[in-house]
Parts: sequence; C-alpha cells; structure tokens
Amino acid sequence: MSHLLRAHAPITEDGWRVLDEEARDRVTPALAARKLVDFAGPHGWAHSATNLGRSEALGDAAGEAVSARQRRVLGLVELRVGFAVSRAELDDVERGAEDADLEALDHAALRIAAAENAVVFHGLEAAGITGVIEASPNETIRLGEDCERYPRHIAKAVDALRAVGVTGPYGLALSPEAHTRVLETSQHGGYPLLEHLREILDGPILWAPAVQGGAVLSLRGGDFLFESGQDLSIGYLSHDDESVQLYLEESFSFRATTPEAAVALIP
Amino acid sequence: MGFDQYHEPPEELSQEARTFARLCASVIEEAEAIDWYHQRLSIERDPQARAIMRDALGEEFKHFSMDLEFLMRRTPLWREIAEGILFTDGDIVELSEASEEAATEEEAAKGAPLVGSESLGIGSLRDAA
Repeated sequence: MSHLLRAHAPITEDGWRVLDEEARDRVTPALAARKLVDFAGPHGWAHSATNLGRSEALGDAAGEAVSARQRRVLGLVELRVGFAVSRAELDDVERGAEDADLEALDHAALRIAAAENAVVFHGLEAAGITGVIEASPNETIRLGEDCERYPRHIAKAVDALRAVGVTGPYGLALSPEAHTRVLETSQHGGYPLLEHLREILDGPILWAPAVQGGAVLSLRGGDFLFESGQDLSIGYLSHDDESVQLYLEESFSFRATTPEAAVALIP
Repeated sequence: MGFDQYHEPPEELSQEARTFARLCASVIEEAEAIDWYHQRLSIERDPQARAIMRDALGEEFKHFSMDLEFLMRRTPLWREIAEGILFTDGDIVELSEASEEAATEEEAAKGAPLVGSESLGIGSLRDAA
C-alpha cells in the first residue's frame, strides 16, 4: 500500500472509481501548464529532486589536498489540497446514483490545478522555482482590456520570439479574465478573435486559472521542463460517521531551461 | 516425454499460451545452467576446462537474454517496466518502483486500467491542447 493509504478509507472500488473520474474530469481542463511545457515522469513519490547537472566547489572542506564538490539539485515541491466527501453521498454512489454531490472535490481539483499553473508561470521562490513569466528576458507586453488590440499584441510576442531564434509553433496561456474576453469577442465581420489568435500562434489558446495576464510560449520542446514525482492522486486522511477526509496531492519540479522561449503578457 | 511446463491441461491452452509456457521453462533452464557453470567455474583449476566452461557460460547468458526478450516482446507493459530497470545505474528497488509507476501511468493515459498505480493517470497533456 502506498502512502496515500487508500485501502484504509471506507470507500469501495466503485467509490474510488467515481472519485478518480470526477477529479480527472475537473482537474484536466484547468491544467494549462501541462498543455504547454515538456512533461517528464511520473517518477514516483520517492523521487525527491531533479538533477541540474551542476555542482558547487566545497574547497578543502573534505581535507587537505582533497577537492570536494557538491551536486546541485532542485527539490520537488509537494502540493496538497484537502477536501471532505459525505459518506451518505458515497452510499448513494453504491446505489447507482450518478449525480453525487462532490462539490468539495471539484473545488479542490480546481485549486490544485491553479496552484500548479501558478508555480509554472509565476514560480515559487521558497522552493527555488522561477516561473515562465518571471524568467523571460524578453520585453513584456501589456494586454489591457481592449480585445481589438490582442492580435497585435500576440503577433508582437511571436515576432519577438522569432527574433531571438525561437521557432514555433507557439501556445498562449491566458488568465481566466482575458480568456473570457477573447471568447466573447468577434472582430469586424463576425470573425471570432479566438480563431484569429490561433492563426497567429499556429497553436492552442488556453484557459489558465491562477495566471496573471498570460504568456506566449514556444511549443518546439526542450525549453520548459515539468518533472513529475507523484502525479495527481487522491489520498486518504481520516473519517468519521459523517464524512471522509481526503486530499489531492502531487509532487513536481519546474525549470525554464530556455527562458527566452517565452514572452510575458501583463494584465 | 514430460510436459512439466504446463500447469493446466495443454489441450485447453491456446497456442500462444503454450509457446509462452515453453519460453518461461526455457528461461528457467538457462538460469539453472548459468548457475551450474558458475559453481563449476568457482572450483575448477584446469585452465582449458575453465576456458570451455566460461565459453559455455557466455552462451547460456545469451540464451537467457534471448528467451527473456521474447517474453518481454509478448508483454509490452512488462517490457516498459523492464526498460526502467535493466542496464541502469542506481538503486534497483527504487528504479523498479519508479519504472512501474511511470509505465502504468502511461497505460492509464491510454485508457488502460490503473494497474499498480493509484494516481489519476493524467501525465502530459501536450497532445490534448
């Protein structure tokens, strides 16, 4: 049994299947980062660090006439979001109910997906992770609220990437607010803005909860590396007569190995 | 003539299952032969006899590897797990656990049941964008 302790939960195989499916359905649309960056793994819960291929000199700390170096690694971050499921709802699932109330799970799924996006795009200083937006040395572009100008902004970002030798196709991650504006907008003649932007990018436009503004990234590969330890999983914490306490959890690291392969878009 | 490799009535087994059983038996026999030669070599003093046994031992390793590869090719998931363990460096137990996790995640992503894994099986979504 793994550390998720699922076998200790008062949940049947059918119950776990329903919970896993619900979590998968809710979390997938919000995982914008995974749709744009390279994904390695999962390497398992015991995987603790990413090899950076670098080392630091320790001088003569190991003794006279002995040179010592220490490898540099990037420790994986563990994200966990707790939630509770009513045992009455789980009983109804066993009876065949297909409309079980799993609202707390839905909220937790969105929260952990948003947190993953935030780490990838904005970084996590405490963990030594620099996000795509902060890492980019390219000139930032202000999106603003005037959607009519978005094609010009995105074309400028694509041009900036080409100018530094970063080839496409390109993907666009947008904050929920900006994404909604794009979806709602038709340009002159009724042509959807979304389609126009897709043509400029030759790639996807993604709804990215927790992202402020957005980013245009090259999808050529090898520039942005997400390394998964344990992929998103539901684990068991405790239970009483009324509810079961569960959590969604994952471990990962993120590196921007070619920071210039992205252009940051500020709100 | 014995049919010890079958633990179920052979006439009820498919042709594929019988072939698989024969190769499983062959892997066992080759491993036993490796062990026999290894033990003989550890006590044999005659240089010519040792050279012959070393040559034979090499052949048994080769046969063992061929049999194993055949079984792996018939079981893609095992093969995928084995790829994370064989010809690597590092802690073998840790490698096996990580390899199993990774392989079963990939299977899950393709729609297969989550064998040996408890995650949601999401993995990369690059192709889903």
